[in-house]
Amino acid sequence: MITEEIVDLSRLQFAITALYHYLFVPLTLGLSFMLAIMESVYVMTGKQIYKDMTKFWGKLFGINFALGVTTGLTMEFEFGTNWAYYSHYVGDVFGAPLAIEGLMAFFLESTFVGLFFFGWERLSKVKHLMVTWLVALGSNLSALWILVANGWMQNPVGSEFNYETMRMEMTSFAEVFLNPVAQVKFVHTVSAGYVTAAMFVLGISAYYLLKGRDLAFARRSFAIASAFGLASILSVILLGDESGYELGDVQKTKLAAIEAEWHTEAAPAAFTLFGMPNDETMETDYAVKIPYVMGIIATRSLDEEVTGIRDLIVEHEARIRRGIYAYEVLQKLRNGEVTEALEAEFDRVKVDLGYGLLLKRYTENVVDATEEQIQAAARDTIPSVAPMFWAFRIMVASGFWMLLVFALAFYFTAKRTAFTKRWLLKAALFSIPAPWIANEMGWFVAEYGRQPWAIGEILPTFVAPSVLTKADLLGSLAAFIVLYTLLAIVEIYLMVRFSRIGPSSLQTGRYHHEQDEQSASEPAKA
Amino acid sequence: MLFDYETLKLIWWVLVGVLLVGFAITDGFDMGACALLPFLGKTDDERRVVINTVGPHWEGNQVWFVTAGGALFAAWPAVYAAAFSGFYWAMLLVLFALFFRPVGFDYRSKLTNTKWRKAWDMGLIAGGVVPSLVFGVAFGNLLLGVPFQHDELLRPSYSGNLFGLLNPFGLLCGVVSLAMLSMHGAVWVQLRSHGVVELRAQRYAQLLSVVTLVAFALAGIWLSMGIDGYRIISQPALDALPNPLAKEVEVAAGAWLSNYSLYPLSMLAPITGFTGLIGVFLMSGRGRTGWSFLFSALALAGIIATAGVSMFPFVMPSSLSPNSSLTLWDAASSHLTLNVMTIAAIIFVPTVLGYTLWCYRSLWAKISVEYIQDNDYSSY
Repeated sequence: MITEEIVDLSRLQFAITALYHYLFVPLTLGLSFMLAIMESVYVMTGKQIYKDMTKFWGKLFGINFALGVTTGLTMEFEFGTNWAYYSHYVGDVFGAPLAIEGLMAFFLESTFVGLFFFGWERLSKVKHLMVTWLVALGSNLSALWILVANGWMQNPVGSEFNYETMRMEMTSFAEVFLNPVAQVKFVHTVSAGYVTAAMFVLGISAYYLLKGRDLAFARRSFAIASAFGLASILSVILLGDESGYELGDVQKTKLAAIEAEWHTEAAPAAFTLFGMPNDETMETDYAVKIPYVMGIIATRSLDEEVTGIRDLIVEHEARIRRGIYAYEVLQKLRNGEVTEALEAEFDRVKVDLGYGLLLKRYTENVVDATEEQIQAAARDTIPSVAPMFWAFRIMVASGFWMLLVFALAFYFTAKRTAFTKRWLLKAALFSIPAPWIANEMGWFVAEYGRQPWAIGEILPTFVAPSVLTKADLLGSLAAFIVLYTLLAIVEIYLMVRFSRIGPSSLQTGRYHHEQDEQSASEPAKA
Repeated sequence: MLFDYETLKLIWWVLVGVLLVGFAITDGFDMGACALLPFLGKTDDERRVVINTVGPHWEGNQVWFVTAGGALFAAWPAVYAAAFSGFYWAMLLVLFALFFRPVGFDYRSKLTNTKWRKAWDMGLIAGGVVPSLVFGVAFGNLLLGVPFQHDELLRPSYSGNLFGLLNPFGLLCGVVSLAMLSMHGAVWVQLRSHGVVELRAQRYAQLLSVVTLVAFALAGIWLSMGIDGYRIISQPALDALPNPLAKEVEVAAGAWLSNYSLYPLSMLAPITGFTGLIGVFLMSGRGRTGWSFLFSALALAGIIATAGVSMFPFVMPSSLSPNSSLTLWDAASSHLTLNVMTIAAIIFVPTVLGYTLWCYRSLWAKISVEYIQDNDYSSY
């Protein structure tokens, strides 16, 4: 029996495990790329220091990668273990990108990552460089396929419901792959990954510069990170995935929630910079608005409207009513009353079947829903506005803060004065958490904002979980929390330890902790 | 479309088998090597020899497992849904044990502290033993039938628990699986190490080939004498849209053996299993380790195929409601999805095999205690 409690616990477990997994993924995406860049410089210039950089940042990459793999396994299991009806209902479409991710991307990344670490002595320079690039390519392709799957959850194209198999089936693989929401998300997410890695390298390099050790190593790392970071943060901001928010009803609703746009405004809509969204009164108190900005960002035009929440609820209520009828027709078909006319009728109305399923939260039978239940289900179609509003603003604020840091770092690096500006180095060091904050907030906006849907307009989250008991879910949740906490402690311990030791951990004899005090200020003449 | 629907359904039964065998042959040896860690390596250096024989490869190997999971999701969503949620705690147990592998391999030798290293050794051992055992137990329970059913909207629900899986036959199958993967790990370590570790691995490879052979034979006898199989009485056309509730199934004594008389060629599966095991015993004994590895791989393929062939066309029989059982005909994805997945498999499986072999070749070497001492910082 699926109850509110089971659904909430399943969601909580998914949110915790996904957010945790997502602590490690962006760094892998970006750092693999930066390693490939550093090693390319090594192969082109032949300078040993770039090899040391690749190896040292590669060491930190490895510590992070191990947990990325560990926690990724959970995600692979979790759809089946905790979301069995989801798996049945959409596996035909959703499973394919996941399987192809394994075949095309994860194999590539994981097979060559062993060679990256163990192949330094065995492979020629160029071959090893190729291996590093393949790791980067593999991890980025991996993101592509995962986001094709995730994009389909937000905007389910290229598929339709089949009443005989009682599930969604793929009608066009090309449409699923070329889903504009998925493509926009891919660019946004991998760019955010590059920003994460750049800030990581920039901040830790700034730490060595502040401590005045391994300067040659730290300067070069800092320089590469500032350039790579500036390019990436510009890509995140300019190609932000807001452009995907006009596609599909879920995305529209998400946009309205992010902007706390209760009423549909005349185009172009104003952007609410600050305010206190109130779910009860459906108004934003103390709103500070900037005219025109939101309309331009969201629709990239001056004359298109952004639909407000109140109007969305009205639209959704109508769809729920049609959904009840679709469910009624579906029941007849499933009970064997199959006629061509009835099948045609179902094809006409099945687009709203998902909205009918929203009523499963209130009545198992859907067709006997009362007026109140329909109203409640319509209200459910809007995620809680305040968390969306704030999460989005925290993400954007982190993004602009990082833009500032990278721009200054790049500017002063180009002027060759960055390395002595302690305020800048400190800003870089203390900005290390910023990309993680932005990443987690971004995940929250995208996935919490998708509620009440597991698959937008198709499958309500309430219908999607496995039939498990509360004890099962509490037990597994507790186990995840304990194990993930232990892993986090170990990971952070190692990360901090090796970051502090710095390139001396390579045991080459060329770096700070391996030298006497006098030569320590400029140890890395390679 | 590349093939008609019926053919594609059959192809995916074979392909899921190929992925499982691929998983057993690759990830199987690193799990097996870790399961035997305390027996093969007595000192820290010796253990590092064992770990470093799989060091650069476990990561890629594990993707066979991940991909098999993904392929199950895409090709047999109904099986993925029913099996993963039904075997909830068993799957989580496997998952939690697997957690310790990536971190175990990568973090263990980053510090020299003895307690630290011993703690990660425990993690690596668990990551080797638990999944090997649980997979076997799960297969045993598939043969017995699993207590699940589908409601009219095809939502699966399960009415057993973890302890229900731990029945004598399930445990025996667990022993088969643990013994065969450990054997495979021992053969691998024998192939890739020098000195005392190699000698120990040789002994364990031989010992475990005998254990596997006995357990496999016992399971076969038990299956033929004491376990009822499942049989389809009537079902829709094989190329019909998949609907697990549209067929009629009965439970019948000896039904798991009927394929062997129906298709005598299927006897090749158990024969390959036994031949492989005998081959490992002989070849490992003579130090012909390359051959031994080949025989070990054959043994795994034969044993896994035996389970598959016995149940054909069932994939996940239901003891609670036999008609809810999942078969390769009614648990499959749509025609288009199977087609897309087949094209992906045709392109990528050979590509993956190609670069995997290249990686193994590039890093091929016998690892000894001296090697570990010389490469203290660059090894696991």
